[in-house]
Amino acid sequence: MKSPLRKKYDVVIVGGGPAGLAAALGARQAGAERILVVDREIEAGGILNQCIHSGFGLHYFKEELTGPEYAERFVRSALADSIEIITDSYVLDISTDLQLEVVSGRYGYLQFKARAVVLAMGCRERTRGAIRTPGFRPAGVMTAGLAQKMVNMKGLLPGRRVAILGSGDIGLIMARRLVLEGCEVVGVYELQPYSNGLTRNLVQCLDDFDIPLHLSTTVAFIHGRDRVERLTLAPVDMKCNPDLSRTRDVACDTLLLSIGLIPENELSTRLRLRMDPATGGPQVASNLETSLPGVFACGNVLHVHDLVDFVSEESLRAGRFAAEVARGLRRPGDNISLQAGENIASCVPQSLSPDREQVVYLRVKRPLKNCLLTIGDRYEKSFRVMIPSEMIRLTLAPEVLDRYFGDNLRIDIWPQERV
Amino acid sequence: MPEKKNLICIGCPMSCPLELVIVEGEIQVVIGNDCKRGETYARQEYRAPCRMLSTTIACTAGLWPRLPVKTAAAIPKERITAVVQALHCLEITAPVLLGQVIQENVADTGIDVIATRNMPSLQGKNNR
Repeated sequence: MKSPLRKKYDVVIVGGGPAGLAAALGARQAGAERILVVDREIEAGGILNQCIHSGFGLHYFKEELTGPEYAERFVRSALADSIEIITDSYVLDISTDLQLEVVSGRYGYLQFKARAVVLAMGCRERTRGAIRTPGFRPAGVMTAGLAQKMVNMKGLLPGRRVAILGSGDIGLIMARRLVLEGCEVVGVYELQPYSNGLTRNLVQCLDDFDIPLHLSTTVAFIHGRDRVERLTLAPVDMKCNPDLSRTRDVACDTLLLSIGLIPENELSTRLRLRMDPATGGPQVASNLETSLPGVFACGNVLHVHDLVDFVSEESLRAGRFAAEVARGLRRPGDNISLQAGENIASCVPQSLSPDREQVVYLRVKRPLKNCLLTIGDRYEKSFRVMIPSEMIRLTLAPEVLDRYFGDNLRIDIWPQERV
Repeated sequence: MPEKKNLICIGCPMSCPLELVIVEGEIQVVIGNDCKRGETYARQEYRAPCRMLSTTIACTAGLWPRLPVKTAAAIPKERITAVVQALHCLEITAPVLLGQVIQENVADTGIDVIATRNMPSLQGKNNR
């Protein structure tokens, strides 16, 4: 079939999930004319389409929506803004002069030239290989997100008696989902001494359904040749090493893994973008531009978020800045490098400029109580609780930065009390 | 004799551990909350815990074989199983529009169940 698409676009966005759609809207707001979103699924919306639970949009829309409802609002706005969306299509490669190679289920091989590119590929789940769980390789071991897609979209049950390793939010939400679909969930096992999910999810997903959560516990062995038959569980010490003298077995036919997310950066690494090992995503300036001029990044490909509301907000900004570049507008570069200091696992963006209000996202390394966050000697804010699973969002007024004369600004968190 | 009940507030990320002091079935005092939301949550949760419910129903001739749905308002927690069972028996044919009422007054809760997405008909597309 002959493609109705153009050869040249102002902004091409890789990924049609919440990040890509918001970036497209942002680009339109900032005056880009021809905008294309490329997505590999058969419909836009990304992971939201399988997240049928509610809890999305409390910040962005000031109301509580389910994932598909949240996605639908963005898809509708994008279509109303005449943004072109091509689905069932995969970006194979991007050249440094912003030529994109795409293979499409409908139109075959396509090439596009872009003035600016926004990377919005999202993230994927860590798998069994990432944690090297010993045992056999039977059917029935899968990531929680895959089980979510099977149950919520394809109408397939992954098993009957399910154990969940990792207490990330997807794992907790799937525990509840599977119980509602008639499965038995034998337990959720977490390596850390604290849960990695939001506390509200512990209450409404586990406690409401009497699903036990076992902290400081891991799966030491997976039994079963063709299908998972049982798991050997072991408590872990302070260094997360399993204590094999105190194991116990639990019978189940399915093991779901909810053990973390990795930004999906194959295109970024092919482009040789400068990466941040702490976030797993590209390094970006305060305008969300990567180390390659004209290439921007936003959403989970940049750093894993826990709230889609923040993804939308960040991506709108990325889209706006991408449109500026597409229109030939160039802001002066950042002059302050932002560095993660005491107790900070990661922060985004990696540099700042005093010419406008800045938004900084960060995560702490471990749960902390009653602490003081400082940015150099320019900014102080106290927090009563900070946990790794909840990203902190700060806005910095231009006044905070415009009289700072150093090159490196450090963010630190000083706890008064350790949890 | 005052009786005690412990809850965790789900109002915000603070997750305050709440202690309810109850005398003859009435909450006398809520301890442990750092803000007013904790007390509101404790009183609602003690008197009549409610939850939003989202699930899926079978859908024929649509882009996907399952249609996501939700209760239009929170339902009493103890009715969750009854509502889920009532929805297990339903089947709808695409196309479906977002917000369309799928089942009125589901399991006599007085609350409707609505579709949470548009489900276009298949129209020869691959149903993956």
